[in-house]
Amino acid sequence: MDLDKINVIFATDCGSTTTKAILIEKVGDGYRQTYRGEAPTTVEEPVADVTVGVINAATEVGELAGRRLVNEQGELIRPARGNEGCDIYISTSSAGGGLQMMVAGIVREMTAASAKRAALGAGAIVMDVIAANDKRLPHEQIQRIRELRPDMILLSGGTDGGNSAKVVEIAERIAPARPRPRFGTNYQMPLIYAGNQDASELVREALGDSVELFVVPNLRPVLERENLGPARDRIHDIFLEHVMAHAPGYDKLIRWADAPIMPTPGAVGDILQMIAKKEGINAVGVDIGGATTDVFSVFSGTFNRTVSANLGMSYSISNVCAETGMANILRWVHVDMDERTLRNRVKNKMIRPTTIPQTLEALIFEQAVSREALRLAYAQHKEFATTLKGVQQQRTVGDLFSQGGAGQSIVDNMALDLLVASGGVLSHAPRMEQTAAMLIDAFEPEGMTTLAKDSIFMMPHLGVLAQVHPQAALEVFERDCLVYLGTCVAPKGNASPEKKCFDYRLTGPGLNEKGEIRVGEMRKIPLEAGKQATIVVEPARGFDCGAGPGKPVEREIRGGTVGVILDGRGRPLKLPEQESERRQLLGQWVRALDLYPRGS
Amino acid sequence: MATYTPGLKVVGQIRHRVRRILPIAGNVLVKEGDRVNAEQVVAETYMPGDVTPINLSNILSITANEVKGSLLKTEGEQVEPGEVLARTKGIFGLFKNEYRTKVGGTIESASAVTGQVILRGKPIPVQVRAYLSGTVVEVLPNEGVVVEADVSLIQGIFGVGGEAFGPLALSCREPSERLDAGQITAEHKGKIVIGGGRMTGAAVRQGVKVGAAALVSGGIDDQDLKEILGYDLGVAVTGSEKIGLTLIVTEGFGEIAMAERTFRLLASRNGAPAAVSGATQIRAGVLRPEIAIPIQNVGAAGVRDEAALDSTLRVGANVRIIRDPHFGVIGKVAGLPHELTTLESGSKARVLEVAVDGAQRIIVPRANVELIET
Repeated sequence: MDLDKINVIFATDCGSTTTKAILIEKVGDGYRQTYRGEAPTTVEEPVADVTVGVINAATEVGELAGRRLVNEQGELIRPARGNEGCDIYISTSSAGGGLQMMVAGIVREMTAASAKRAALGAGAIVMDVIAANDKRLPHEQIQRIRELRPDMILLSGGTDGGNSAKVVEIAERIAPARPRPRFGTNYQMPLIYAGNQDASELVREALGDSVELFVVPNLRPVLERENLGPARDRIHDIFLEHVMAHAPGYDKLIRWADAPIMPTPGAVGDILQMIAKKEGINAVGVDIGGATTDVFSVFSGTFNRTVSANLGMSYSISNVCAETGMANILRWVHVDMDERTLRNRVKNKMIRPTTIPQTLEALIFEQAVSREALRLAYAQHKEFATTLKGVQQQRTVGDLFSQGGAGQSIVDNMALDLLVASGGVLSHAPRMEQTAAMLIDAFEPEGMTTLAKDSIFMMPHLGVLAQVHPQAALEVFERDCLVYLGTCVAPKGNASPEKKCFDYRLTGPGLNEKGEIRVGEMRKIPLEAGKQATIVVEPARGFDCGAGPGKPVEREIRGGTVGVILDGRGRPLKLPEQESERRQLLGQWVRALDLYPRGS
Repeated sequence: MATYTPGLKVVGQIRHRVRRILPIAGNVLVKEGDRVNAEQVVAETYMPGDVTPINLSNILSITANEVKGSLLKTEGEQVEPGEVLARTKGIFGLFKNEYRTKVGGTIESASAVTGQVILRGKPIPVQVRAYLSGTVVEVLPNEGVVVEADVSLIQGIFGVGGEAFGPLALSCREPSERLDAGQITAEHKGKIVIGGGRMTGAAVRQGVKVGAAALVSGGIDDQDLKEILGYDLGVAVTGSEKIGLTLIVTEGFGEIAMAERTFRLLASRNGAPAAVSGATQIRAGVLRPEIAIPIQNVGAAGVRDEAALDSTLRVGANVRIIRDPHFGVIGKVAGLPHELTTLESGSKARVLEVAVDGAQRIIVPRANVELIET
């Protein structure tokens, strides 16, 4: 395909409920996202053909763009000529609950963790992790495998040339369980073996005809190194050939698309990695949906993704409340609310997930729930995104007093440069300040962090586009995908309220401001989108803004729809135990950031 | 563009079909055209029994290679609990070690790699009942059947517990009357108790005590539900709870009256045998709890086709508001302004005007109403 001749790109993301479509066109000498549209996804009865939703979305985009994308036969017109058609069509999919996998390995913290990382990185929801040391008795594990109905299984274990017996033992537990796939009764459960290559024949014998076996190179060939690529690629192949091929209409969709259809989160991960690499930054992305919350991170080039399967704002809202407790949610609320009524409201949202907050009180409550959902999802992510465990450490005398070692989280909020938000509660908040505040309270970024949102959730489309046309994907990402909210400045450390937290001086075009931020204080300084300013922060003793405790930092920072948020609340963020004190403080922050209409 | 807002079915007469499918292949016990009773078993099968792995290599301190030779029975044979499963050869016939199995089952395999022996327990019978008293209209060989019956059908919004059967027993006089312990007596044993407004925690406990088959009412308090279940329900995927009876709420959580029409329909069928299912799933592929009350001797002309029900949001349509601050209020659509309106929350959304009691008008987001039938 001659990339220079591609002028019009049509992309869809087939979600569980909505098929979102965007049009990307060459405008002048660069690519821009020009129009978007959506239609209900049509995987389920009565239509039961995903391409109907795609065509409906294409028709809507076509009408808006004044470009006919669909012909009389109900198919996409290609290539583009004049006011008709598109040059390439690409798509992602998470319809039908996305890709659901079970993974297994020998040691939960080692090979099983690597297998989980491979599955998550490929865009799967991991339903369970079976490991020799997962504290369940063998018959309990077998029972669990019988109950689960994943789309496929990933089995790993042992380094190449190492122990064979243990991984065969796991295979011997999978075989008698006779796992059955979620869709279709007439094909065998696919199982990818990515463990000790010397044991692959023994594993094949142990599994017998209970599954369809695919052997790929070991995802942990030696303890010190992961090799997730081959397993991940095979997951994508099987997703296309087996899982999706059984979903209604996908055979046609696969034929239409000019690039392999990817699971939605897999595509988001790809684009985030590409951006982090190109800019040389550390980035975290979050997508909070109705049922699940995905967190993606790239730190020092290492990518991680987690899915918190039951943390979400509608289907799973009740689970957020159950997991964190109502007290933890209400600690973010600055007005009076009755707990018994709230409990009923939460359940009513769970059983009627499509409703939206009408009153300000309902909005404040939902945003409080979202802070907890995001906080829990990020905590799970930090716990998962670690350096490899099981690697022998060489220590010198200098390391004698340091507690660091293998298995430490690689998520470092001080090193975080960019935090990207997407998902209804974040991207549809009536005020951008609310989005910024939810992100800051939940993620507690330290030092200086750029905040942005992917307003129409375009990252999946761009992730697939990057496979066929990286240049176009990059250009659209930079120009149209992200809406910058601004920069959060938040030194790490704690001290008693009212003491000095830091001094700042902000200079830029038409901007020359300096001042002092006290402990517990927040301040917002407008700095328009597209503008940059220089900030010098001089933290007080015990506070660190990236250069070490008490050391000054100078940095170019980015403006946005909110501007610069100076956060003197310290890290880790602590809220007063006493209710009246806490509410008073929350009220001050609400006013400082102009979160809600006055008087609320 | 017409707005589509799915509501719940509350239908006096409908031809209802249910698929009754085994989880794995098995035997279908009835044939097409057979009349079946709700509780009749229509298909059955056996699930492979539970599996117990035993690592004899570790237990007897022998190599994995020696495990097969140590077994006293071969693969495919049966062992009983307490029976000696394996014995080592010992040294010169002395110092023999043996292992008595704690569980019984069939020896499925013995691995020379890991030294692990797999015992498979007795097959577990799985049966599927007809659920509806009606006619078998289709047999899916080795899978199950489709049963059809003319029924009054009421879908609830949320339920707990599985399938249950029994005659309807009306216990409240008004749709807004609370269902409390006092309204449930020993007479309700095996019956489907129909309440009005919120069912209290005490009513549920009383229902369990007297052995009622199910409780159906307008609402329930989440705090009560938490106490009944013993845990805080996280996601709305239910149906397998074992709390002693099935619960169905027709409207939602909190103090809320059953919809007038639902109440009238249930009251009109008082005493009729019915089937209920509490299974709820609110994810992709929504499943709502239901009450199906078969109707005897109905001509086809009297049966309404479900496809004929109007699902368009238009002026004059009956709606229920499903979110605070007007949760549970019922009215008629009085206006459908096209432009976006700013809500009190500050969000912009498409709204509609609802006329309540013919006079008062309330503005609510379109996402916060559901259509109800008259």
